[in-house]
Formats: sequence, structure tokens, C-alpha cells
Amino acid sequence: MALNSWGRLPSLPAAQEIPWRQRDDALPELPIPLLAFGNGRSYGDSCLNSDGALLLTRGTDRFISFDAAPTTRGNPTPATPATHPTPAHTQVTATDGDSAYLRCEAGVLLADIIEVFLPRGWFLPVTPGTRFVTVGGAIANDVHGKNHHRAGSFGAHVRSFELLRSDGSRRVCSRHENADWFAATIGGLGLTGLITWAEIELRRVDSDGLTVENTRFHGLDEFFALNGEAEAAYEYAVAWIDCLAKTPRGIFMAADHAPAGSRARTPGKAKRAPFTPPLSPVNTASLSLFNQAYYHRPLPSRGLTHLLPFFYPLDGILDWNRLYGRRGFYQYQCVVPRAARAAIDEMLHAIAASGQGSLLAVLKTFGHDASPGMLSFPMEGTTLALDFPDQGEATQALFGRLDAIVASAGGRLYPAKDARMPAYLFRQGYPQFDAFGRFVDPRFSSNFWRRISA
Amino acid sequence: MQNILIIGATSAIAEASARRFAARGDALFLVARDPVRLEHIGADLRLRGAARVATFVMDATDSAAHPAMLDAAEQALGGIDVALIAHGTLPDQKACEASVELTLATLAVNGTSVIALATLIGARFEARKTGVLAVIGSVAGDRGRASNYVYGTAKGMVDIFMQGLRHRLSKSGAQALLIKPGFVDTPMTSSFKKGALWAQPDTIARGIVAAIEARRDVVYLPGFWRWIMLIIRHIPERIFQRTSL
Ligand SMILES: Cc1cc2nc3c(=O)[nH]c(=O)nc-3n(C[C@H](O)[C@H](O)[C@H](O)COP(=O)(O)OP(=O)(O)OC[C@H]3O[C@@H](n4cnc5c(N)ncnc54)[C@H](O)[C@@H]3O)c2cc1C
Ligand SMILES: NC(=O)c1ccc[n+]([C@@H]2O[C@H](COP(=O)([O-])OP(=O)(O)OC[C@H]3O[C@@H](n4cnc5c(N)ncnc54)[C@H](OP(=O)(O)O)[C@@H]3O)[C@@H](O)[C@H]2O)c1
Repeated sequence: MALNSWGRLPSLPAAQEIPWRQRDDALPELPIPLLAFGNGRSYGDSCLNSDGALLLTRGTDRFISFDAAPTTRGNPTPATPATHPTPAHTQVTATDGDSAYLRCEAGVLLADIIEVFLPRGWFLPVTPGTRFVTVGGAIANDVHGKNHHRAGSFGAHVRSFELLRSDGSRRVCSRHENADWFAATIGGLGLTGLITWAEIELRRVDSDGLTVENTRFHGLDEFFALNGEAEAAYEYAVAWIDCLAKTPRGIFMAADHAPAGSRARTPGKAKRAPFTPPLSPVNTASLSLFNQAYYHRPLPSRGLTHLLPFFYPLDGILDWNRLYGRRGFYQYQCVVPRAARAAIDEMLHAIAASGQGSLLAVLKTFGHDASPGMLSFPMEGTTLALDFPDQGEATQALFGRLDAIVASAGGRLYPAKDARMPAYLFRQGYPQFDAFGRFVDPRFSSNFWRRISA
Repeated sequence: MQNILIIGATSAIAEASARRFAARGDALFLVARDPVRLEHIGADLRLRGAARVATFVMDATDSAAHPAMLDAAEQALGGIDVALIAHGTLPDQKACEASVELTLATLAVNGTSVIALATLIGARFEARKTGVLAVIGSVAGDRGRASNYVYGTAKGMVDIFMQGLRHRLSKSGAQALLIKPGFVDTPMTSSFKKGALWAQPDTIARGIVAAIEARRDVVYLPGFWRWIMLIIRHIPERIFQRTSL
């Protein structure tokens, strides 16, 4: 079966799949365009390359080195010998400083990093909503997490990487060395060449728990008020919204890493969606029921939770994307400037009016840290992410209305979630589009890129 | 913590197995012929939790080098608890038919080099009355088939040898385990079309680690291959000749 992206939209023509296992190997000499394929967690066509070749980077998944900065804390706990934690509980030992640098091959999954380094007291400085993405993919989309207001995007924590180009050149890129290639490749959608390895920062955590505070809200004003307070007080902040309700309502979640000694229950093993139903069980009626139940579920206002279910609520159901049925689904994620609150309101109204719902509508604000990439998605403002089962023309018509709102608010859409944005919207949303062109490797391309640059 | 020697440590199946050993804190001695990849894998396993990792560059067919390699392993580890022999090549059968040289080389890599190593390791384990020798054979060694019988011959030779060695070692405390994987998605099979019977290297690795722990004699991995091969071994020769397996 040909590779597809996470949205599982009816397959585009296949690409030749080439396993990529050794970081020192030369790129294959082929007459067709190349593209790295990480773990296929992008929703649309930015990780696809019809009639070209996909380099399957998951085969390069080795750790290379790990450097913990010497401790900067007052009195570190005495060093305990490297214990191998029992699966039930993680005992974090604070023997090093607050940050460390991990160098690894680009096909390492964030999940691998967590598995190996969380028990030793290290976590990702920024993580997207799934841990099943590769380091290369996280850089190429300059992904963001629930702590953007504090930590910026993933790229802000990348110290260096090696870029392999089709002319055989290898460049080590950082803020100091080949800084222009560094900026082009972070958020560069895989178009500047192949990232073979990267060095990223890890951050200290004192436990594998989070203290979470949940608050129900009614209306966007309440959301923005809660969010303003939470951004000052908490490292993580995000809201789930029920966009089928008449006035938008939702649950606001704010969290911090829990202090040493906190013991959260370790989550169970992931379950798998058993098959792809021919018709999606996700429709307006089931969505509305789900959203109501989700909104009204008993919710502790404050509590301790393991960090995995907080950051990765959907990773508990492997292949959940199949539940959307054989027609697949679209994500729509935009960001609009902070001042353009009205645009969010307008979009929510347009969605409610269309009757097309979204199971996992997420609302969050991005902080003012500038993203390091020329084409990075995050910019200061409010981001709204929604998913829609493909209902043909009605869905496309709704997207057209949302596009117009985003465009007039001076916002942009996220290529990692996109399979359909019009070229004008990309060019308008990403002012460095033209300057980026000269960094594109002449032998690399993607479906997304052909669509946008046509 | 156990002390583990892996020969053919750059193989995908061996690497996946080594990650499982490293995660539980074992000490590893890795042998392969490509020094750069060996170093890459060694660094990775250290970070994954291996108590110690040492490497040794050797071509498995260089039997003159075997004793020194084993001495170095025993010295670095302070005694070997488990030895895993994983190296191998899968040549094109048609090319073998056209070349006696390639046929004999295939037997050397997959057959006699393994037997040479198993002879030395078996003797050391027998003398110490402990140790598990795990060798990766193949379902291809269960019956000669037109599509890969040169490779199959070598794997079958190793099978018979391991039966005898196991018989002999049963009087000591040592163990001889033969692992017979089915189709595994590794560089060895990168040109094959993959279907439902194919397994990932980590699935095989999990089975290898479990079989070593349980001190099994022979395991098919994944386990369903035992039933497939039971049938294939029992198809009468006349009927078998009309198949295109
Ligand atoms: C459930 C879920 C939740 C998500 N939540 C978030 C979120 O909160 N925030 C967020 O930002 N994103 C989120 N995403 C999107 C996801 O983080 C990104 O799409 C990510 O880039 C996927 O990584 P991947 O390894 O699967 O890469 P792929 O999807 O396979 O590829 C993504 C891009 O990276 C390029 N690439 C991959 N490897 C390399 C390499 N070695 N060298 C050069 N280019 C490379 C590809 O060419 C492609 O352009 C989510 C996705 C899912 C499925
Ligand atoms: N893949 C399958 O479907 C399958 C099925 C049944 C059994 N097996 C067996 O499983 C074992 C592991 O294979 P794999 O699937 O993991 O394939 P692999 O990744 O291709 O590994 C084969 C390894 O053998 C090494 N090797 C070959 N000749 C050597 C020599 N003369 N000296 C030292 N090392 C040598 C190779 O080293 P270089 O990289 O340096 O060449 C390579 O690391 C093999 O014994 C194979 O026969 C595989």
C-alpha cells in the first residue's frame, strides 16, 4: 500500500519509496524529484511526492551524543547510580543542570527521546500534540506546542543540524554557521535538502507529572481573559472548544511540570482503531453528541496527571485517523494577529452556520518570540485548529469562507495541516516566500510545493 | 545485567536486539566489519542505557581472527553470558547458479563462518558450564527450494550443526538456540515486495530476547512460521516440484 499522510485523503499517485538507513550515505541518483518522509504525521500533501521519490528517514534513528550542562542549581541531589526505572514509575534524579543537548539522527521519534530520556529527568522543550513525529519532521515544520507563549517553536531549541543537498554537499547549520540555510531549513518543508542529524535542547523536569488546572468557559471574551492570566502564570495553556454550540464554549487547560516527588499514574498501553469503516461514524450528529458529552464530563478543576495523556491525548488510540472513514479528513489551522480577535469570532460563526463540525477544535495563542524559520508557521497571535470530515463541496465552500477571513485579518495557514490552501494565501501569509526560493534544492520537491508554486 | 557478544552487530535484526539489551542495562561487545557504522551503533546503544559498549572490527569469514576476537570480548566484558551470531548475506539465487565462486562464498558467510564461531564459543561455554549461544538461521534452511536453495543450504547446515551442538551441550549448563525468522523487512530484503507475512526487525528482536531468557532450543519468529514450515516440510516431493515456492 502506498504511503499516505495523516489525513488519509484519497490517495494521490504514489511515489517510489526508498529506505534511508545510514546518515553517511549519498543521496540516490534518480531522474525524479526527492523528498524526505518522516513519520507521515502531516495531514496534507507536504510530506508526499507523487511520481517522485520519498526517502524514508525512519531508518536513521540513532542517538549520537548527549551533553548535560554542568549543574546550575544550588544543591543537586546526590548522584544515584543510573537506575533503570521500572515501567510503573519514573524516578527522576536531579544530578545535572537545567538543559542538555541531544544530538541524534533525523529519523528519531520524539517518542524515542521521551522513552529514553524522561526516566533520566529530561523532556522536550517544545512538543506537538503527538509524539510520533521525527526530529526531522519537527524541524521541517517548525512545530509548536502548548507552551509557545513561553518557549517559542521547536526550531528555537535546535542548536545545529547537518543539511545534505543533492549536489552531495553537507552543511552544518546553526545560528552562527550557515545561518541563512539554518533559517531556510527550519520550517522549510523538506525542500532545502535532507536533514541527516540534528542537535536539540532538552529541558530538565523534576517528575513525569503535570499539575493541570481545567476551567470551563463561555464565549471568546472569557477565553481571552483566562488565557491572559494563564500565560503569565503557567508554562502550558490551551483550550478545547465546542464549535457546534451557539456561543463558543469550551474547556481551558493550563499546566506546569509537577515538582519532584510527584507520582502520576502511568498511562496504559495504546489501543488501535481496528479498521477503516467505509462510512465515517464522525458526522454532525455524532460530533454534536460527542462535544456535549466532552464539555459536560466530570472534570477535576485541579489535579496531577502524567504528562503523556496531557500532551498526547490522541496517541492513546493508534491510527485514530481511520475513524474518519475511507474519504479521509481535512485539518484547518490558521493563526491571526493578536489584535484580530474578531476574526476568530467570525470563523466560529461561519463554522457553526455551516453545520460542519469539528471534533478537536483547539484554540491557543502564540507568544511574541519570532520563529527562527523563513517559512515558520507560528507568529504572535491566536491559532485555531479544526478538523472536518471530507463532505465534498460543502467542506470546500466553508474553507473558502474561512480563507477570506484569515486573509483579510493578515493571518496564515499551517502547511503541515493543509491539503488545499490556494497559492495566493500561502504567498500572502508567508512574506519570505520569494526569498526562500533560492534555498530550494533543485532536485527536491513535494506535492504541496508544486501546488503552491505553480 | 548480562554480558552480551553480538557478531554481525550492524544487521538490522541484531541492532534491534541490541537496543533491547541496552534498555535493560546489559554490557555489549559488538563485532562487525564496517567500523563507521559500528561506531554509530555503539554510541547509540550507550545512550540507550547499555552498561558498557566495546566494538571490534572483523570479517566473519576470517576464521583466523575468531580466537583473538573472543579473547577480546571476554576481556572487555569479563565473561560472556550470551553470544548472538547474526551476520549473513542473501545472494541472488540465479547469480549463484551461474557462479560456483558465489555459491561457495555464500556457504562460507552463512554456513561455515557461523560453524567456526559456534565451535569456539560452544567449547568455551561448555568448559564454563554456562552461557547461551543464539544463532540466527532461517526458515529457508528447512527445505531446499528453487528460489533460494544456496542460501537455504547454508542455513540448513547451521541447523544440523546446532542440533548436534545442543545435544552435546545439554550435558553441561550451556544452551544452543537456533532462531528461524520468516520474512523480515531489513536491508537484506529491501528489493522484495512486502506483504502481510512480513515482520519488522523489532518484532523479531523481541522474540530473540524472550527465547534467550526462556532458554529455548529452536524458535520460529514470528511464531506462525512454525506452522507454515511444518506444512512446507511435509509436502511430498512430487507435489512440491510442481509448486513455485
Ligand atoms: C495528532 C496530531 C497532533 C499534532 N499536533 C501538532 C501540534 O500541536 N503542533 C504542531 O506544530 N504540529 C502538530 N501536528 C503536526 C505534526 O507535528 C507535523 O506535521 C510534523 O512535522 C510531522 O512530523 P513527521 O516526522 O511525521 O514528518 P512528515 O509528516 O513525514 O513530514 C513533514 C515534513 O518534514 C519533512 N521532513 C521529514 N524529515 C525530514 C528530514 N530528515 N530532512 C528534511 N525534511 C524532512 C518532510 O519532507 C515534510 O515536508 C500534529 C499531527 C498529528 C497527527
Ligand atoms: N531479513 C530476513 O528476511 C531474514 C530472514 C531469515 C533470516 N535472516 C537472517 O537474519 C540475520 C540478520 O540479517 P538482517 O535481516 O538483519 O539483514 P542485514 O541488516 O542485511 O544484516 C546482515 C549483516 O550481516 C553482515 N555481514 C555480511 N557478511 C559479513 C561478513 N563476511 N562479515 C561480517 N559481517 C557480515 C552485514 O554487514 P555489512 O553491512 O558490513 O555488509 C550486515 O550487518 C542474517 O543471518 C539473515 O540471514 C534474515
